[in-house]
Amino acid sequence: MLRIGKIPIAVFALFIIAFPWVTHEIPSIEHYTDIMIFAGIYCLITMGLSLLMGYTGQISIGHAAFYGIGAYTSAILTAQYGLNPWPCIIVGMAISAVIAVLVGAPSLKLKGHYLAMATLAFGIIVYIIFNEEAAWTGGPDGMTGIPGLSLFGFEFDSVKKYYYLVWIFVFAAFIFTVNIIQSGIGRALRAIHVSEPAASAMGVDISRFKILVFVYSAVLASLAGSLYAHYLNFINPSTFDLFFSIKLLIMIALGGMYNIWGAIIGAGLITFLSYEWLYYFQEYEVIVYGAILLLVTIFFPKGLVGVPGIVKGWFRE
Amino acid sequence: MIFSPPEAGKPFTNKIPQVHLREFHKIVTRFYSMETITLSGQLFQYLITGITVGSVYAMVAVGFNIIYNVTEIINFAQGEFVMLGGLIMVFFHVVMGLPLIMAFPATVILVMLVGILLDRLAIRPIRQPSVLTLIIATIAASILLKGAAMFIWGKDPYDLPAFSGRNPITVFGAVIQPQYLWVIGFLIVIVIVLSIFFDRTIIGKAMSACADNPNAASLVGINVKQMILLSFALSAAIGAVAGITVTPISLMEYDRGAMLAVKGFGAAILGGLGSFPGAILGGLIMGTIESFGAGVISSGYKDAFALIVLLIVLFFRPSGILGSIEISKIKRF
Amino acid sequence: MNFVEEENILELNRVVMAFGGLMALSNLNFQVKKGMIKAIIGPNGAGKTTLFNIITGSFPPTEGSVMFKGLPIEHLKAHKIAERGISRTFQTVELFGNMTVLENVMLGCHTRVRSSFLSSGFQLPQFRRKEAQVKESAMKILKFIGLVDKFNDPADSLPLGEQKILEIGRALASEPELMCLDEPAAGLNETETYVASSLIRAINAKGITVLLVEHDMKVIMNISDEIAVLNYGQKIAEGSPQEIQNNRRVIEAYLGSEI
Repeated sequence: MLRIGKIPIAVFALFIIAFPWVTHEIPSIEHYTDIMIFAGIYCLITMGLSLLMGYTGQISIGHAAFYGIGAYTSAILTAQYGLNPWPCIIVGMAISAVIAVLVGAPSLKLKGHYLAMATLAFGIIVYIIFNEEAAWTGGPDGMTGIPGLSLFGFEFDSVKKYYYLVWIFVFAAFIFTVNIIQSGIGRALRAIHVSEPAASAMGVDISRFKILVFVYSAVLASLAGSLYAHYLNFINPSTFDLFFSIKLLIMIALGGMYNIWGAIIGAGLITFLSYEWLYYFQEYEVIVYGAILLLVTIFFPKGLVGVPGIVKGWFRE
Repeated sequence: MIFSPPEAGKPFTNKIPQVHLREFHKIVTRFYSMETITLSGQLFQYLITGITVGSVYAMVAVGFNIIYNVTEIINFAQGEFVMLGGLIMVFFHVVMGLPLIMAFPATVILVMLVGILLDRLAIRPIRQPSVLTLIIATIAASILLKGAAMFIWGKDPYDLPAFSGRNPITVFGAVIQPQYLWVIGFLIVIVIVLSIFFDRTIIGKAMSACADNPNAASLVGINVKQMILLSFALSAAIGAVAGITVTPISLMEYDRGAMLAVKGFGAAILGGLGSFPGAILGGLIMGTIESFGAGVISSGYKDAFALIVLLIVLFFRPSGILGSIEISKIKRF
Repeated sequence: MNFVEEENILELNRVVMAFGGLMALSNLNFQVKKGMIKAIIGPNGAGKTTLFNIITGSFPPTEGSVMFKGLPIEHLKAHKIAERGISRTFQTVELFGNMTVLENVMLGCHTRVRSSFLSSGFQLPQFRRKEAQVKESAMKILKFIGLVDKFNDPADSLPLGEQKILEIGRALASEPELMCLDEPAAGLNETETYVASSLIRAINAKGITVLLVEHDMKVIMNISDEIAVLNYGQKIAEGSPQEIQNNRRVIEAYLGSEI
C-alpha cells in the first residue's frame, strides 16, 4: 500500500521539466518559475520531515535551525572568506549532521510533547544565536554579498537555470528518500512509529534509527538553506524563526505526512499560498495558516493525499 | 521583558506610548542616579526581577499542569492566554475606561471563553487523538489566536497603568516597582485558591480523579468531557491573570505568546510536569536564572537561558525536580 | 515429545523485579532446557508478563542474572537480545497494522539481513540482492504458517486468530533459538486454538525452544513438556503436566481459585 509507483514519478518529472517552458508562455504566471525555486527548496526540507514525522513518528518543531545553519555556513564561508560555494554547502551539511547527532541523541529519547518542546527550544536558541553573533552573522540586519552558484564555469545565473539546479537536487533527494522508505530501513522506521516495544523485540535499534533519520532530515534542511542563500544572495535571521518551523509543519500536515507525495504537495501549495495567493493578506496570512492547519488536523488527518481514500470510503457506503 | 536598563541599539523607546515614556525615564534616571549602586544591591535587583518574571512563568506552568493533569495534553496555546489577558485588559481598562475592579474580572471571563472555545473547536472535534495531532491542533490554535490578536490590535506593544502607580520603592539598593508585588501577590492568591479548589471542593476532586484514571472517573459518574472543558477554562483564567498583572511592567503585544509558552513549559518540566508545587518552584528558578543570566552574562541571550535550562532538564532529568520518574513512565504521552 | 537435551538454554538466577514498592518477582530461579516447550502459568498479576519482559530486555531486573546460552543478557537492550536469538510475541497483538502481512514478516528478518542507509538509499546491487533474499525467506515463512495467500493484505485487516499466527510468524523470521509466546491462544476460538497449538508444535519440531505464557489449560497440558507455576512473583511449583495437575499447592493457589 505504500509502494511508490514509477508512473507517478515519471509524470512528476515531466511536470517539473516542462513547468518553466509552459509558464513562460503565459505572461500572468511567468514568475511562477521563481516561486517554484522556493517550492523546491522547501520540498527538500519537508521530504526529510515526512520521513522523520510521518514515517517514524518523531515530531520536530525546530528544523528552521538546520535550514539556517546551512544558509549561514554557506554565507559566512563564501561571503566573508571567499571560498568556493560547493565545499561550503557540504561543510554546512556536515555541521548540521554533527549538531543533529548532538541534539538528537538526547532529544529522541523523549516522547511526544517533550520531544516537541525540546526541538522547539533548540530552534529558538539557534535563532537567537543568528541574531546575537553579529560579528559572524551580521545580526538582525543579515548578510549580503553571498555569491551565486556556478559549476565548471557554467553560471546558474538565470531563474530558469537555478530552477533546474534546485529541482535536480530535489529529485535526487526524492529518489533517495523513496528508496529508503521502500527498504528494510523504511520498514523499521514505520515499525518504530506503530510500536516501539514490538520493533525493538524484532531487533530494531530504535535510538540508532531515530538519530539516523533526524540527521538525514537535518542534512536535507541544511542543503536547502545553502541553496536558498546562494539564490537570494542575502539572508537574515527572520527567515529561520520559529514560525518557519511551524510553516514546515503546516506543509507536511496539509499535504499529508504519512506519504512522501504529501511532503511535495504541501510544500508546493504553501509556497504558492505565501508567495502569491495570500500576498494580499500580508502578515495576516498567519490566520489563514492557522485555519488551514486546524481544519486539516480535524477533517483530513492524513492530509490532501488522504482525501481520495476518504472519497472512496463515501462511495463504498 | 521585565524592566531592565535600556539596551543600546534596541528600538525600544520609539515603540512606547508617550505617557509611559516619561514614567520610564523617571525610573531609569532614578536607577542610575543613586550614588552607589552596590554589587549586593545589583544582585538583589536581579533576584527581585527574577522572582517577578518567575511568578509569571509559574502561572503559565500552573496553567499547563491543570490541562495536562486532566487530559495529558500539552496546550501549546497556553502563552496566548497570557497575551490575550494583557491586550483585552488594555481594551477594557484603557480604551473602554472601565475601572480596574470591573475590567479585571471581565478580562478573565473573556479569556476563559477563549479557553472553552479552544477545547470545543480545536481539541474535541479531533476523532483520532494522537500526541502528534493534539500538538498540531494546539499549535494551530496558537497561531490563529496570535493572528487574530494582530488583526485586532496591530503589532505595537500596549501599556497598561500600574495597579498602584509607578513610584518605585527602594529596598537594599534595589528598585522595586509596586507592580512587581502585585504579580507576586497574585501568584500567591492563585496557589491558595487552587489548593482549596482541588482539595476541598467536589468539582476539584472530580478533576483530580479524571487525571488519575479517566475510565474509572467516568464509571463513577464524572463527566470527563465537562472536566476537560473546565480545565481549559481554569487554565485560561490563570493565563489571563498572568497577562493582566505583567502588562504594566513589560507591555504586551500580539506575538509574546510563544515565548511565554515555551518558558512556562520549561518551568513546568523543571518542577516536574503535573506537580503544582513544582510549577511554582520551577517558575521562580527559571525567572531567577533568566534575570541573572541577562544581567551578569549577556542581555542579548536573555531568552536563551531559560531554553537552555529547559533542554538540560529534558536531557538529564525529564521528570523534573519534584516529579516522579515512576509516574512519568506510566503516562500515555 | 521431542528429544530434550539436558543443556539449559535459558537460566534465571535469583531475579528480583520491584516497581516502586511492589514486588513483581521475588528471588526467582528458573531454567529452560534446550529444545523443550515450557509453559508458565499462574493467576493474573503473578508476574508472568514481567518475567517475559525481563527475558526479552524490555527492562532490566532490579537484581539477579539472566543467562542465555551461558552468557549474561540481563543488561542488554531488547534489540540486542533479539540479535542473540530470542524473539517474542505480545499478549495484546503488537503487529504493525499499517504494513502488509509480508512486510511484517520481512521486518522480522531485520536481525539477520540489514543494509546500510546509503546502500538502501542508492539502491546498490548488494542492497537489491539482500532485499530479494529477505522477501524469499519471508514468503517461505508465510507458507509455513499458512498465510501466504494474504501476503499483500494490511496486517490489521486479518481476523484475530490470523493476527496471532502472523505475530508468531514474524517472531519466527528472525530464526530465533528461543521463542517467547505471550498467551498465543488468548481470544481464539477452538479451531483457531487448534491451529495455533499445532503451529507451536511444528516450530518446536524445527528445534526451536519455546517458552509460553498461557491461560488455556487444554493448550498447556497438550503441548508443554514442562510447566512452571508462578504466584505473587514466586515460583510455587515446577514439573511435567501430570505432576502439576496433581500438585496440591498449585490446586490451592491457582486451579482452586479459578475453577
